[in-house]
Amino acid sequence: MTRTLVVVGHGMVGHRLVQALRDRDSSGVWRVVVLGEEPRAAYDRVALSSYADSWDATRLALDGGHNDDLVELRLGDPVTAIDRTARTVTTASGRRQSYDALVLATGSRPFVPPVPGHDLPGCFTYRTIEDLDAIRAAAGAAAGDGVVVGGGLLGLEAANLLRRLGLRTRVVELAPRLMPLQVDEGGGAVLRRLVERLDLSVHCGVSTRAVESAVDGLRVVLSDGTELAAGLVVFSAGVRPRDELARACGLAVGERGGVLVDLACRTSDERVYAVGEVAAVEGRCYGLVGPGYAMAEVVADRLLGGSATFPGADTATKLKLLGVDVASFGDAHAVTEGALEVVHNDPVSGCYKKLVVSDNPRDAGTLLGGVLVGDASSYATLRTLVGRTLPTDPGSLIAPAGATGATGSGVGVDALPADAQVCSCNAVTKSRIQEAIVVDGCADVPAIKACTRAGTACGSCVPMLRQLLSSCGVEQSTALCEHFPQSRAELFEIVRATGVRTFGELVARHGRGRGCDICKPVVASVLASLGTGHVLQGDQVSLQDTNDRFLANMQRNGTYSVVPRIPGGEITPDRLLVIAEVARDFGLYTKITGGQRIDLFGATVDQLPAIWRRLVDAGFESGHAYGKALRTVKSCVGSTWCRYGVQDSVGLAIELELRYRGLRSPHKVKAAVSGCARECAEARNKDFGIIATEEGWNLYVGGNGGFRPRHADLLVSDVDKETLVRLVDRFLMFYVRTADRLQRTSTWIEAMEGGLDHLRDVVVEDSLGIAADLEAAMAEHVANYADEWRGVLEDPEKLARFTSFVNAPGVPDPSISFRAERGQRVPVLLPVPGVPGAGEVAEVKR
Amino acid sequence: MTTAVDEQVWVPVCDYAALEPESGVAALLPGGTQVALFRTGDGAVHALSNLDPFSGAMVLARGIVGDRDGVPVVASPMHKQAFDLRTGQCLDDDRVRVTTHAARVVDGWVEVAVT
Ligand SMILES: Cc1cc2nc3c(=O)[nH]c(=O)nc-3n(C[C@H](O)[C@H](O)[C@H](O)COP(=O)(O)OP(=O)(O)OC[C@H]3O[C@@H](n4cnc5c(N)ncnc54)[C@H](O)[C@@H]3O)c2cc1C
Ligand code: SF4
Repeated sequence: MTRTLVVVGHGMVGHRLVQALRDRDSSGVWRVVVLGEEPRAAYDRVALSSYADSWDATRLALDGGHNDDLVELRLGDPVTAIDRTARTVTTASGRRQSYDALVLATGSRPFVPPVPGHDLPGCFTYRTIEDLDAIRAAAGAAAGDGVVVGGGLLGLEAANLLRRLGLRTRVVELAPRLMPLQVDEGGGAVLRRLVERLDLSVHCGVSTRAVESAVDGLRVVLSDGTELAAGLVVFSAGVRPRDELARACGLAVGERGGVLVDLACRTSDERVYAVGEVAAVEGRCYGLVGPGYAMAEVVADRLLGGSATFPGADTATKLKLLGVDVASFGDAHAVTEGALEVVHNDPVSGCYKKLVVSDNPRDAGTLLGGVLVGDASSYATLRTLVGRTLPTDPGSLIAPAGATGATGSGVGVDALPADAQVCSCNAVTKSRIQEAIVVDGCADVPAIKACTRAGTACGSCVPMLRQLLSSCGVEQSTALCEHFPQSRAELFEIVRATGVRTFGELVARHGRGRGCDICKPVVASVLASLGTGHVLQGDQVSLQDTNDRFLANMQRNGTYSVVPRIPGGEITPDRLLVIAEVARDFGLYTKITGGQRIDLFGATVDQLPAIWRRLVDAGFESGHAYGKALRTVKSCVGSTWCRYGVQDSVGLAIELELRYRGLRSPHKVKAAVSGCARECAEARNKDFGIIATEEGWNLYVGGNGGFRPRHADLLVSDVDKETLVRLVDRFLMFYVRTADRLQRTSTWIEAMEGGLDHLRDVVVEDSLGIAADLEAAMAEHVANYADEWRGVLEDPEKLARFTSFVNAPGVPDPSISFRAERGQRVPVLLPVPGVPGAGEVAEVKR
Repeated sequence: MTTAVDEQVWVPVCDYAALEPESGVAALLPGGTQVALFRTGDGAVHALSNLDPFSGAMVLARGIVGDRDGVPVVASPMHKQAFDLRTGQCLDDDRVRVTTHAARVVDGWVEVAVT
C-alpha cells in the first residue's frame, strides 16, 4: 500500500530528499507531498548571489525537477501547524494534509538583531530571490550608500551585491575581524586589507545600536557613536533554525535551537524527521548544504527500511565571489589539544596561509585544519587531507609558489588517498571520480559533474576534477596543434613580447614542423590583432584561410560572397543603389543578413577586385564578414524615431562599429545596441550587447545565438558613454589576448576561473592592473585601422593574386555555372565524386 | 605480354617565381583539366587535381599548405580534410584519394605531366 510522506519546505535539502527517495523507491512505496512556503520550487541558494548576474531566476534552477506522478509540489502556502496525534499538518490557506511520515526541511531564517529600527522600510535580509529583488529595487531608488550588518561569509556576499548595484558600501562586524568563524586574527588582518582594496569600508569590533530614519534614507548608529548614512541596510548577522513548527507541536529542540534529531535524523517522534539547516543532529546545527544533503540521503534510506546514519560533516568553507580568496577548513582555530600552527604571512602581497597540525614527532604531522587568505588555490586538496598524515612537511605546502619549486597548489591530487572526499558538498570520493573517468568514460569536467554530482554545489573542487582527469591520462591539453605546444593565449604573449613577425621564425623558435590549417590562421590572427599591417602582407598570405586570403566568404561551389560594411545598419538610398547596381551588373544573388547588411553571392575570385573597385569608389569598405573579427554592431532605430526609445542607439552602434571594425579576434564578435529595455536589437544574443536606460547604458557580455544559444550577462549598469566605451575596449582586448582559438566570448567567460565575477574584476575594477595597457592597445588599433580592400586595390602585387588560373588569368573557372531560382542566380552543384557512401560531409574537426 | 606505357606529355604552366612558398595556385590545362600547383617550403613542386572530392568544387589550390606528422599536406578550404601533396591520399578518409600529376621545373618554368 502506498504511504504518504509529507515534506515541509522545498529548499535545497528538501529537494534533494525527494530526489534521493524517488531514485531509490522504484516500487513506489511512498507518495510525496511537498509543502513549500516560497512561491517557487527549490533553487540553488548557494549560488543566490549569482542571481544578480542576470536577474533570471531560471538560472538558479536545480537539476532534476520532480516530474513524476508520485510527487506533488504545493508552493506558496506555508505549513502553520502539525498535529502529531492525528498525523496531519495544516497550511496557512487552511488546507489539511495527513501523513504517514513527516520530514521537516524548513531551513533557517536570517537573524536580525532586535535593535530599534531594524524593521524600518529600507532594511533587508539576504536569503531568497525575493530578498535580492527587493534589494535591487531599493538600490535603484536609494543610490548612494549601503550598510551591511554582519561581516561573515554571507555578509560579504551581500556587500558585494550592493557594490555591484553601485552603492558605496560599508560592512559592520561585531567581532574584531571579518569572517570571525572562519579565519583567525592574522588571516582577518590580511582579509580586511584585501576587502578594503575593493572600496568596501569595514568597521570591526562595533555593534549596531539602532537604525533611524533620516531625511534622505536611514542612519545606522554604531556602539562607538559613529553614524553611517544608508540608503538601505542589509542584515546578515547569522541564521537561526526555523524550528517554530517543531516547538509548537512539542518536539524536542536542541539547546541552541534546531529540531533535535539522532544520527538517523529522527526527531523525538519516530514518524517525524528533520534535515538540513533546521536539524540539530545530536544537538548541532549545520549551516552548509553538504551536511544537509548527507542528511537527506540518510532519511531517504531510512524511509525504505535502511539503517544509514549521518556520517558527520566537513564544515570547510570558501568565500565565493568578491574576487578575494578566503578558505577555512577543519580545526581552523587550533583548539585541538597540542595543535601546532604553521604560518606563512605576507601582508605585502596580501597572502596569509596557516596549517594546523598535530604534534607528532614521528612524521610530518596529521593535518587538523587551516586558513587560507589571498590565495586559496590549494584549498581543494588540503581540505581533503584533514585527519590524515601530511605527505610532506607543512611549511612547504604553504610556501609561496616558486620558493620551493612547488606550484601554488602545494600537494598534488596523486598524494590523496582513494577514500578522500574530493567534493564534500556531495560526498564524492577520489576513487568514485576515478571510476567515473576510467570506467564510465567521463572525459571532461561537465561529464564528471553529470555522472557523480561532484562539483555541482559550491564548485571549489573543480580544479581537482581537472587534475584527476589528467592523472587518469585523459589529456586536457591546451596545445594548439601538433606544431605548437602552447595555447593561443600563450602564443599571443610570445608574439607580443618577442616581436617575432613571421610564421617561419615563430615555428622554428617555439614550435616544430611546418604548420597547418589550425596554427597558421591563429598566428595570422594574432599578428593582425597586434596591428602588424595588412593581412595579406609578406608571408601572411600563406597563413590565411581562404576567406581571409581573398577577403570574401567562400560558398559551396567555390565562389565567394561580398559584404560591404553598413555600420549600425543605417544606409542612404544612394548607397543602397550602388549595392543594387553592383549586384545587378555582376549577376550576384542578393540577400539581407541577420547583421543588418547585404550579402552578395556568386562572385568568382577574379571578379572580386572589380566588384570592390566599384564599392570602394562609392565609399564602402570591407565588412569583415569573412574574418574572425568584429562583424556588425546591430541597432534598433532608437530615440530618434521610436516612441519608446530613451537613447540614440543607432548613433552609438555606428560609433562602436567604426571603433572596432577590423579588430581580429579568436572568433567572430557580434554586437548590438537597443534604444530601450524592449530590446528590439536583440543585444543579449551578442558577444557584447548594450541596452539603453534612462540614466545611461547597460552593458551585457558573453551572449550568442547559433548552435548553443546563450543570453549575455550584465557586466555593468547605467554607465555613461565614455565609461561604456572604455569598458568595451578593455573587454574586447582582454578577450583577444586570452581566449582560445575559436572560443566565443561565452565559452571564454565560462571557462575562466572565477567566471563572470573575475571578468568584472579585471575589466571594471582593474584587479590585474592591466586596464591601461588594454585601453592603449585598443587606441592603437583604432588609430591604425585601414580598409583591407582599399589596401588590395592600391597594391598591384596583392591584386595579382586575385586570378582564376596562374596560366590563364582572364579565363573564368569553367566548372562554375548557375541556374535561376525565384528570379536570382544560384549555383549548380557538381556531383561529388570521391566519397563512397558519404552524403553531406561535415567539416573535419581536430 | 607487354604493357603499353601511356605517353607522358609535359605542359609548361608558369614561371616558378609565380609560386609562393607554402602556397598553391590553380592552372588550367589543355582540355579543361584543372590542377592545383603547390610549392612547399623546401622548394618542391606538387600538382594535384584542383577538385575537392568532398564538395565537388574546384578549390584545392586555395587550401592551407602545411604538414601532418611530417607529411606535406594541403587542407581543403571547404571542409578541412587534408591531402598528401605527394600521393593525393586523403588523411582523414582512407577511401579517398585525389589524382596527382607529375611536376618538374625546367629552366625556371614549372611543367606538369598530362597523360
Ligand atoms: C547567499 C547564500 C550563500 C550561501 N553559500 C553557501 C556555500 O557557499 N556553501 C554552503 O554549503 N552553503 C551555503 N549557503 C547555505 C545553504 O544555502 C543552505 O545550507 C541550504 O540552502 C540549506 O538547505 P535547507 O533546505 O535546509 O534550507 P533552505 O534552502 O533555506 O530551504 C528551506 C525552505 O523551507 C521553507 N519553509 C520554512 N518554513 C516553512 C513552513 N512552515 N512551511 C513550508 N515551507 C517552509 C523556506 O521558505 C525554504 O524555502 C548559502 C546561503 C545563502 C543564503
Ligand atoms: S528597443 Fe526600444 S527604442 Fe529600440 S526600437 Fe525597440 S522599443 Fe524602440
